[in-house]
Amino acid sequence: MSAALIRYSPLLILAIAWQLVSQFEFVSSTALPPLTQIGAAWLDLLTSGDLQKNAVPSLYRGGAGLVLAIAFGTALGIAMAWWSSVNVVLGPLVEGFYPMPKSALIPVTVIWLGFGDGSKILLIFLGCMLPVTIGAYNGARSTEQVLVWSARCMGASRLRMMWDVVLPSALPELLNGIRTALALAFILMVTSELIVAREGLGNLIGFLGANGSYAAMYAVVLTVAFLGFAADRIYQTLTQRVLAWRETGLA
Amino acid sequence: MSRAANADERNPAGRVVRGAIWAAAHLGSIVGLLVAWEVFARSGAVTMFMLPPFSAVAARIWADGVDGNLWLNVGLTLYRTFVGFLLASVIGVGIGIAMARTRWARWFFDPIISVGFPMPKVVFLPVVILWLGVFDVSKITMVALEAVFPVVTATVLGIQGVGHELVWSARNMGAKDRELLWQVLLPAAFPQIMTGIQVALPIALIVAVFAEMAMGGFGLGGAMMQASRFADSRGVFAGIVEIAVIGYCVVKGLAVLRHHLLLWHQEAVSPSTV
Repeated sequence: MSAALIRYSPLLILAIAWQLVSQFEFVSSTALPPLTQIGAAWLDLLTSGDLQKNAVPSLYRGGAGLVLAIAFGTALGIAMAWWSSVNVVLGPLVEGFYPMPKSALIPVTVIWLGFGDGSKILLIFLGCMLPVTIGAYNGARSTEQVLVWSARCMGASRLRMMWDVVLPSALPELLNGIRTALALAFILMVTSELIVAREGLGNLIGFLGANGSYAAMYAVVLTVAFLGFAADRIYQTLTQRVLAWRETGLA
Repeated sequence: MSRAANADERNPAGRVVRGAIWAAAHLGSIVGLLVAWEVFARSGAVTMFMLPPFSAVAARIWADGVDGNLWLNVGLTLYRTFVGFLLASVIGVGIGIAMARTRWARWFFDPIISVGFPMPKVVFLPVVILWLGVFDVSKITMVALEAVFPVVTATVLGIQGVGHELVWSARNMGAKDRELLWQVLLPAAFPQIMTGIQVALPIALIVAVFAEMAMGGFGLGGAMMQASRFADSRGVFAGIVEIAVIGYCVVKGLAVLRHHLLLWHQEAVSPSTV
């Protein structure tokens, strides 16, 4: 407990500095409202239900897009590693589209699916799929040949080999790719909602900012930032549990 | 792979042929995609609004190129991306060195980095607009804010990963702090720092395009948003193609630069990925 306190004390110092600086008007308190005011605004948003009402669609979009991206991305990456013909055809496309700034797709998904949930889910799916694909591909490609031979020697069918040998050895890199995708999902969720949406946390931020209720805007901004941080921490804990077998093997 | 490499050494002509086949396969799937786009758009299954044919989009890009708008927008987007990216690289490497070398910097920055890295920093956009307005400064700030984190973590890990033998040998031969940093630690950590910088570049582009979309004005993102508001779907798709090409060129360019900067390093021998 006290170790954590010492470790995170710089954050505490920053928070106190923030409070003092805006309390005593060293900077305009519109530009930087005191933390206490932001906390009060946060409670207001929570009791009025605005926060929950907007968080649910945001998280639904992010979750749905991410799940689709993981499913398709993993399948695609392993297929590329397994069949070289798939790799020859799709490899250049993956390589070509991977560096493309995903935010450029926002207007296109709007043209295709309108302003609702569909366009955000499509955007998050498209944006998050390639990191997962590349993770799965690199992981599956680096499967030790010896393991594959042994499995085949012991009479494993191709499907079983995929499930029992290739997938587990691809797992560390795959999970790494999914972590990148998780961070991207949050970025794309917020950006698409800030630019075009009728509801959602990003939209709430834009709305409050446009109305000049800056304390409430800061409250939502910090909430989203915290959600992204928490999601990553939870994901890392899960990853360590899933990969527990690997640590013992390596030690 | 190694067998192919051996064959190449014996027969340089074989390498040329193999390279040509590889390039053809690469181009083939891109060309295939463009042809499929053109055919699908003309088949009548979708309206011209939802998917204009590639030829129309290419004509639009050509027209923009002739009247100069294209170069203005591309130039502005690249300018914002690169200024933000360079700031992020310099500041990131600086903070990383400080964190790896001094105790107080580590104590101060470690929680900030570990909390800040996984956060979607783009949500601070309205705050940055509130402070700095909607012009270049705030766009560049957004880019740098999001791109700095991977550079810091890569630098810290890279410097900490430098072998003790190297440091001890240098010390033993009388290297001072500054010499140790410039002549031993930074070169030895450079591959990892470069990887962090390579992660930061696409992020910088994503944020630059997004910031332009959200704040308006010139630049590829702003042009796309404007086209989208006027239901000008050719303009939107032209923007997508331009941004995709630029993203590819910039990221490839950095990979080539890495190869040249790291020619002395072992990794340059093996083929680089992405």
